[in-house]
Amino acid sequence: MLSDDPVAHVLYVDLSKKNFWIEKRNDLFEKYIGGVGVATQLLHEECPEGCDPLGAENPIIFAVGPMTALFPLASKTVAMFKSPHNNNIGESHCGGRSAIAIRMTGYGAIVIKGASEVPLYLAIHGGRVYFRDASSLWGINTFTVGRIIRENEHGQGLRTIMRIGRAGEELVTYSCVTTETYRHFGRLGLGAVFGSKKLKAIVISGKRSIPVNDSKQYQKLYDEIYEAAITSPVIKKYHDLGTAGNILPLNEIGGLPTRNLKEATFEGASRISGETFAEQYLGRRLACSHCPIGCIHIAALREPYEDEPYFYKTSLFSYDYEPIYALGSMLGGSDAKGLLQLMHQIEILGLDVMSTGVVLSWATEAQERGIISEKETADIKFHWGDYNAYIEAVKLIIEQPNEFFQALARGVDHAAYKYGGKDFALSFGGNEMPGYHTGPATHIGVLIGSRHSHLDNAGYSIDQKAILAKEQPSPEELAKALLAEERWRQVLSSLVVCFFARGIYQIDIVSKTLQSAGFDLTPDALNQIGEEIHREKYRFKVREGFSMDNLRLPKRIFETPSPMGKLDEKCMREAIEHIKKAI
Amino acid sequence: MRLSFDTERCIGCQSCMFACARRQHVGGLSRACITVRSVGGLSRGFIGVVCRACDNPPCAKVCPTDALERRDDGGVHLDINKCIGCGNCRDACVIGAIFRDDETNKPMICIHCGYCVKFCPHGVLRLEKKETKKHAQ
Repeated sequence: MLSDDPVAHVLYVDLSKKNFWIEKRNDLFEKYIGGVGVATQLLHEECPEGCDPLGAENPIIFAVGPMTALFPLASKTVAMFKSPHNNNIGESHCGGRSAIAIRMTGYGAIVIKGASEVPLYLAIHGGRVYFRDASSLWGINTFTVGRIIRENEHGQGLRTIMRIGRAGEELVTYSCVTTETYRHFGRLGLGAVFGSKKLKAIVISGKRSIPVNDSKQYQKLYDEIYEAAITSPVIKKYHDLGTAGNILPLNEIGGLPTRNLKEATFEGASRISGETFAEQYLGRRLACSHCPIGCIHIAALREPYEDEPYFYKTSLFSYDYEPIYALGSMLGGSDAKGLLQLMHQIEILGLDVMSTGVVLSWATEAQERGIISEKETADIKFHWGDYNAYIEAVKLIIEQPNEFFQALARGVDHAAYKYGGKDFALSFGGNEMPGYHTGPATHIGVLIGSRHSHLDNAGYSIDQKAILAKEQPSPEELAKALLAEERWRQVLSSLVVCFFARGIYQIDIVSKTLQSAGFDLTPDALNQIGEEIHREKYRFKVREGFSMDNLRLPKRIFETPSPMGKLDEKCMREAIEHIKKAI
Repeated sequence: MRLSFDTERCIGCQSCMFACARRQHVGGLSRACITVRSVGGLSRGFIGVVCRACDNPPCAKVCPTDALERRDDGGVHLDINKCIGCGNCRDACVIGAIFRDDETNKPMICIHCGYCVKFCPHGVLRLEKKETKKHAQ
């Protein structure tokens, strides 16, 4: 790396002692590049074995990479922590302005330790950290707290404002951290870790130059990557309809989880499709900093107030494939307006939308089957597609007026453990399922993925290729493909390149672009780094009690046929065995 | 020539800001002479702040050392050797289009070269002949 690149500077903030310091960690960045590679090492250093995820000793780590602010689409921030949702590795990625802001403030990583006794928000401007009293912000929703901090702090256009809503304050284990109103560190409960530290928000702003190696070569490479990004048809899809464009194709092949995966096609799909949202609700498209694509789709919804004629409000919500799956087909709802209203509720309270949808779909089926009654649900009658009931339930997940809602606030695994209904509790590794029932690879991928996310290894993509080829790979081939993809993705998320650009950032291009940042890494060396990071993450997982021997596959996935027919548990277990051996 | 900015089309990717810095052979943003920021949150859209090549530039009028001079082909020319970094020009520019180089404490002003236009993915930025009445914002 370049000796004058500030990327190796790690900012440490101690919320207990209200102090901060900076350490130069060339050792970490030279070996692991940045992002997830560096964050994993910092997690090993800072997170004591067996610690309480909601205790002061659990650190929050943010990391970006040397290519951030140098090349387009290297615009994600990786957050790592111990997850209060599944008690193991917590990793979540977020775009918005977060990565650029951290890099422009002069850091490659930020480590937040300890806990405050009073609500605080952190203002990190350049080399200074300010501890601001957030007592008057506690309890305020994610939209409004952003507005307040926006007016309180400087750095317009150059800052990120990360914040939590009431879900994080109430320690709901799948609460998220929201940045720039519409982007999220969504999964695995970073919001609750913020809440446990009484940390309401962090604003980060800065502006600086980043040195480059051989500026002519740098500009040439930049031009090539930029051109590829704006002309790629694959990427254009993300700009046009956005990820929501996947609703119809997934429904068509029969891989769209519907009504708690009792089915995998949804009769109402066309009413919640990307096309329908674009035609009827799309109000604006936005981009993360330093990304020419602009995949963020904002719906505008005009609603009348009941109490006065000609009195309206217009609300804006960001939508994507996963929220539409989780709150639409999964809940059997095809009323796009109701879906948007539920999405809005979840957004302002700061919950992870995917986990929330799956929790509600489990509750609906549990009530349908009589496992729970209105006594537990505080008189709510869950009914597929009834958004009024779901909106009420979401509020109660925050308020937790009884044991049932306390259980729902800890996710579907915990609720099913308490009330039964495990066979249709759709979680993998303790994390609620993503929107794919495409075949075996999607489910195995999430189960063995180091953060139990569909983005770990994109099993759904392997399935979809198999459907097209009309040939199911063998368990061994599946295992190989998933592992290879996950290892390579460790490199991409150490560069913090958005996965939407994975087609552009092929291994030889990555090797070249890294030269501009002063890294001399051959494709072979990059592959080795990917493997090493993956191993290091698993080392943490095993340390915290993860084992390949007791992985739960919910029965439901074998009952509902996928596009490849009914799934075969034996084959899937065999693939898991192969992965276990390889790891 | 003058840079124009169609704010309603802007998606806030800030590629123009990075392009401006890159043209000056560095990465990052501190050399950028154009800024894109939201108008009170991303939901409300963006504003692009860049020199609009005034006919009678107020920044030049208040320069005590005559370091700023109106250019016939758009914008102002800064004679960096004459500039004492007093900041009068920044105060005089009501649209905030004069940026400060933190390292040298001297102003940075768009020279309307049009390099950023090549990196605007959605047709927000254009380089126009001076006669055009359309205002950059």
